Amino acid sequence: MSDQHFLRVDNLSKSYGANQVVKGVSFGFDKGEFISLLGPSGCGKTTILRMIAGFETPNGGAIHVDGKDITGLRPNERKLGMVFQAYALFPNLTVGDNIAFGLKVAGVPREQRRARVDEMLKLIGLPGYDKRYPYEMSGGQQQRVALARAIAPRPRLLLLDEPLSALDAKIRVSLREQIRAIQRELGITTVFVTHDQEEALSISDRVVVMNAGNIEQLGTPHDIYNRPATRFAATFVGHLNALPHATFGADRAIRPELISLSPRPDTDTTLVGTVSDIGFMGSVLRLKVDVEGTPLSIDTFNANAAPPQRGDQVTLHLAARDVLVLGAA
Amino acid sequence: MKADKFWSWLVFGLGAAYFLVPLIATFEFSLKMRRGYYSFDAYASVFADPDFQATFLYSSLVGLLAIVVGVLVVVPAVYFVRLRLPHLRPLMEFITLLPLIIPAIVLVYGYIRLYNSSSVIPFTGSALGTDILLTCAYVTLALPYMYRAVDTGMRAIDIKTLTEAAQIMGADTPRIIATVILPNILVAVLSGAFLTFAIVIGEFTITSLLNRPGFGPYLQIVGANRAYEPSALAILSFIITWGAMGMIQLLARFAPRTSARTD
Ligand SMILES: Nc1ncnc2c1ncn2[C@@H]1O[C@H](COP(=O)(O)OP(=O)(O)OP(=O)(O)O)[C@@H](O)[C@H]1O
Ligand SMILES: [Mg+2]
Repeated sequence: MSDQHFLRVDNLSKSYGANQVVKGVSFGFDKGEFISLLGPSGCGKTTILRMIAGFETPNGGAIHVDGKDITGLRPNERKLGMVFQAYALFPNLTVGDNIAFGLKVAGVPREQRRARVDEMLKLIGLPGYDKRYPYEMSGGQQQRVALARAIAPRPRLLLLDEPLSALDAKIRVSLREQIRAIQRELGITTVFVTHDQEEALSISDRVVVMNAGNIEQLGTPHDIYNRPATRFAATFVGHLNALPHATFGADRAIRPELISLSPRPDTDTTLVGTVSDIGFMGSVLRLKVDVEGTPLSIDTFNANAAPPQRGDQVTLHLAARDVLVLGAA
Repeated sequence: MKADKFWSWLVFGLGAAYFLVPLIATFEFSLKMRRGYYSFDAYASVFADPDFQATFLYSSLVGLLAIVVGVLVVVPAVYFVRLRLPHLRPLMEFITLLPLIIPAIVLVYGYIRLYNSSSVIPFTGSALGTDILLTCAYVTLALPYMYRAVDTGMRAIDIKTLTEAAQIMGADTPRIIATVILPNILVAVLSGAFLTFAIVIGEFTITSLLNRPGFGPYLQIVGANRAYEPSALAILSFIITWGAMGMIQLLARFAPRTSARTD
């Protein structure tokens, strides 16, 4: 890996007893990137994040930030910021004092602290909330305060461990966009842990797809979705249809939105099937079509025309270049 | 329905009487120092006694010291065990129960054997040394209560995550205990403190055998030599203890509020 990377993790591993949960993971990221660690529950995302933070000691490997080896440093010596799933605001302190905590530890004078707190509150869209206590605020507001608290001391790296998973669906979406906007504005290198693929794909510069302590793929959201490197990456991220063997050969698959009900300029293959089910999801219709005994899901945009009915015979159009070949890996 | 209520009230009334009748009788007796009518003369006599003031002041001071030492020992101990050595909690529970199992008299004889004026560490050789020893003894006596109060307080907050949140912002352990842990368990610590005070203020065995001028031995001396003052003192002791308990109840209202919300 290049030495220029701002955050570099080399061959990092961690075991709990005989159970190796991180198996020699390496990656490097540039300054200002927004990185997501994505993977199923128990794959070791949190463990990696906690090793970067210094809360867990790796059994092997090294972590470099800004060219310096931080592997042996204690958490309070690393100058990082972290946002926790359960907010973890100090209940005895006001919002203002929570945000000022790191600045106070660093010995920033009172006037500067106050200015920075005001600046942070404006940034998270909660100006004038400095006198409130955490219990007087909603979950979404508390998590925004936790974000402000983490970035107020200008950390070198911002770490977020499933910061949205304790929140309601609606707030989850608006807050993730806000986190991304703030991250862009400050240009702070960010590592975001999530098991929600939509979350990871929608806000990241690059995504690390993990499984069972290993990296399956590292790439842009576009790459990961359209050119999955492994069978795991292909099936974990997004929905995938296994295509009928007879027509396409073994291990061929396609995304539901790449099958159309009408011919497109680039489509070159057709299949005939029977509609077995229709799911209406607002902007999208998800059809289940049975093709020679193989069930296929098809996503089409909702148009204000009569949709196909159950039992209808439909012709499916797809392009050979959209067909994914799932490797053995 | 009505009968149910009747029996409930009867049981309640009997229970209350069991506690209140001796108290009222004692109070009534304490007012009878002057023949023929009620007066607070016994109380005036108690308050005017320089020994009352001196011993009460002494026990209060040693009590405060015991509270400070107790907090300094118990809070970090519970914190580290909960955070880093959770498997030691059963041991901790057991050790902190020992003062309830081992009689105070055993403790004090042990002290006297170990720290007498001809021993290597002659604590009992000087008044100051004995005061230190007495403070330690009080800390030990109050340990079961202080430990449980602090432990309950720490259970109510997520000390692991709060510690990590403070650590990642650069705080070291003493700072975390002082600015994050202690303020969030303050109510629990204060209730432990009031319990300690309530125990210390009337403690007799250890204070007396170490020969220190505490309030407990004073109560005993007055009890043996006077008629009405002991009743007045008994009522006063009750008021002090109840005051301490009342403070705990009052403080419980200020316990940290949870902020786990999803909206
Ligand atoms: N302190 C620990 N002791 C023993 N095993 C642990 C410990 N912490 C984590 N593990 C194990 O390590 C594995 C990886 O855990 P980790 O928390 O990193 O998963 P994760 O990817 O963050 O999952 P999730 O999405 O559920 O948070 C899990 O199998 C877990 O049981
Ligand atoms: Mg996790």
